[in-house]
Amino acid sequence: MTRTFLGMPATAPKGVGQLRGAEPFPAAARRALADAQLRRNLGHATATIRAKSGAVIGEVPDWEQLRAAGSAIKADVLARLPELLEQLEAQVTAAGGVVHWAADANEANAIVVDLVRATGSDRVIKVKSMATQEIGLNEAFESAGIVPVETDLAELIVQLGDDRPSHILVPAIHRNRAEIREIFLRAMPGVDPALTDEPAVLAAAARRFLRQAFLSTPVAVSGANFAVAETGTLAVVESEGNGRMCLTLPETLITVMGVEKVVPAWRDLDVFLQLLPRASTGERMNPYTSMWTGVTPGDGPQEFHLVLLDNGRSAVLADEVGRQALHCIRCSACLNVCPVYERTGGHAYGSVYPGPIGAVLSPQLTGVADNASLPYASSLCGACYDACPVKINIPELLVHLRDQAPHPPGESAVMAAAAYAMDHPALFAAAQRATRLRRLTGRRGQALPPPLSGWTAGRDLPDPPTQTFRQWWASR
Amino acid sequence: MRIALFVTCLADTLFPEAAKATVRLLERLGHEVVFPPGQTCCGQMHVNTGYQAQAVPLVRRHARVFDPYDVIVAPSASCVGSVRHQHAMVARRAGDVRLASRAESVAGRTYELSELLVDVLGVTDVGAYFPHRVTYHPTCHALRMLRVGDRPVRLLRAVRGLDLVELPAAEQCCGFGGTFAVKNADTSTAMLADKMRHVLSTGADVCTAGDSSCLMHIGGGLSRLRSGVRTVHLAQILASTERDRAVHERAELVVRS
Repeated sequence: MTRTFLGMPATAPKGVGQLRGAEPFPAAARRALADAQLRRNLGHATATIRAKSGAVIGEVPDWEQLRAAGSAIKADVLARLPELLEQLEAQVTAAGGVVHWAADANEANAIVVDLVRATGSDRVIKVKSMATQEIGLNEAFESAGIVPVETDLAELIVQLGDDRPSHILVPAIHRNRAEIREIFLRAMPGVDPALTDEPAVLAAAARRFLRQAFLSTPVAVSGANFAVAETGTLAVVESEGNGRMCLTLPETLITVMGVEKVVPAWRDLDVFLQLLPRASTGERMNPYTSMWTGVTPGDGPQEFHLVLLDNGRSAVLADEVGRQALHCIRCSACLNVCPVYERTGGHAYGSVYPGPIGAVLSPQLTGVADNASLPYASSLCGACYDACPVKINIPELLVHLRDQAPHPPGESAVMAAAAYAMDHPALFAAAQRATRLRRLTGRRGQALPPPLSGWTAGRDLPDPPTQTFRQWWASR
Repeated sequence: MRIALFVTCLADTLFPEAAKATVRLLERLGHEVVFPPGQTCCGQMHVNTGYQAQAVPLVRRHARVFDPYDVIVAPSASCVGSVRHQHAMVARRAGDVRLASRAESVAGRTYELSELLVDVLGVTDVGAYFPHRVTYHPTCHALRMLRVGDRPVRLLRAVRGLDLVELPAAEQCCGFGGTFAVKNADTSTAMLADKMRHVLSTGADVCTAGDSSCLMHIGGGLSRLRSGVRTVHLAQILASTERDRAVHERAELVVRS
């Protein structure tokens, strides 16, 4: 960081990147829920991944111990993050890489754009990366006249469709193959007009398009799943091999990594490389694991830059309860099991981090006031906590963040009145009896006033009983 | 055994039949039930809506009211979950260490109904009779917070006349979630729609669960659709016997029109 830094760590800046939605979750969700195709695509895709992941997790007898180990390693990382990052910097530098520190999205974008400009290229190929989506790097490239080409198949679909990712792992989960065919026909240069919607045919079309980019672009940008402090090694796991192309073919490689991705030792990968594929894609092992340490003369990129990104992470770290959100290894298991995500999809969350983890991570990165509706985008059913391979207690975090969220004044008054009555049994009993008055309003008087009217729009209220339990008890 | 009833504010106010059934059932099994009158609400609504400070007096009240009892039961997994997983945390955050330890002690003696029956009282056949086709919805807090597992199902299997049918996608939330159903009413309704579809697919005439709140939600939807399927709390099924069902059932189980 180039500035002297005093006081509380800053949250992610406004006006850059994609951590804040244009509207609150309930409004965005309402629109998504009306999209029948979206509901069908998501229901099918999440059910498929859930079944696949559940089966391969079931094969591992020590899954719970692995989860505990993953959680413990991440807790250790967060407890001594500065020390590990400095160790990583020293090791990467010793291996011929260059380390840059970016306090926020603006700094990171400026660093990466300058590095690309210095190469003279007006095009970059990109490995699928959440960090670069978070900071809006593609938009920064476009303003600088640099063309970014997403090479992950799903990210390519999103990019060609002028769309936004809606899932951490499967960014085009909201699209089915018929829609993907249409996007390719419309936006992929040189595509065969006889393209069908067979998955193999669609993949082959993307392959032809991407090969051209791999062989002609001298700069690549990636994220990182892990960085090993003791050796200075970066790791990217993927399924397609397109990441491997980007990481090995170009002359220059620039990796943007959230600071929490560092792990202390090489052996820690043993735990995460077992947890991540089973929890995310439902594979026993991901097809491609690429690892690199600085620069190797005559082999692979001859220039390597590592950009260490904060962008609100230090602020998350400062919250003793909230910091466990930084354990996240971006597997997206919580999205796949979430009954809210399954119905609304990712765009409703407004941030590149959707679903349960997004509902606890985005508000912390931006400050809760800027994403105040997200901690409420959950029924607290707890499925996410059970699914999380690094045991992030997402329901606990949601409740913790709700306590920090600004509350509507009307609601605050009602909650205060309720709390007062509930601490005064006689008043409480009187309030209970008052619910019976609704009997007088008649059978069709079942609609409640706003803000409760949303509930009665789709459900009948029960008839209030003639007697509360405590009245019955007293009369026994 | 002397058992204190933690009635829960919802059952007390809107679903007294579930609480009365809990009393009848435990008395039938030969236990003494007491109702500490100072109880009101466990404070879960305040905690889960973001008003932890206001929940502190409610946690204090709950711990004080129930501290004298060795065994406490509630006909709700959600409210027991609140006592077990939130009370001490709320007290600790408010800086009240003594309250936290008292809350922890009370929590250790507080059981959801199926836990009390199976684990503490050691019964699975409670002598009930309920001649209906029934499907069981495991509520999220029973399933994932308390981990009651198959206890409710074991109790239901022992009920004479009861035809238990499995609920597809049973482990998915019904969409209630307390104030979630109000703040995110549309998403909640979408979740409820799928839950109702699964309930109706079983051909059951009764959907049961251990929480009145989730049953209020599912039942409210089924009633709105005039589906002819009703929701009945687990305690009411377990309290039903051949002797009293003719007297009670029609009155309390009418399908709303």
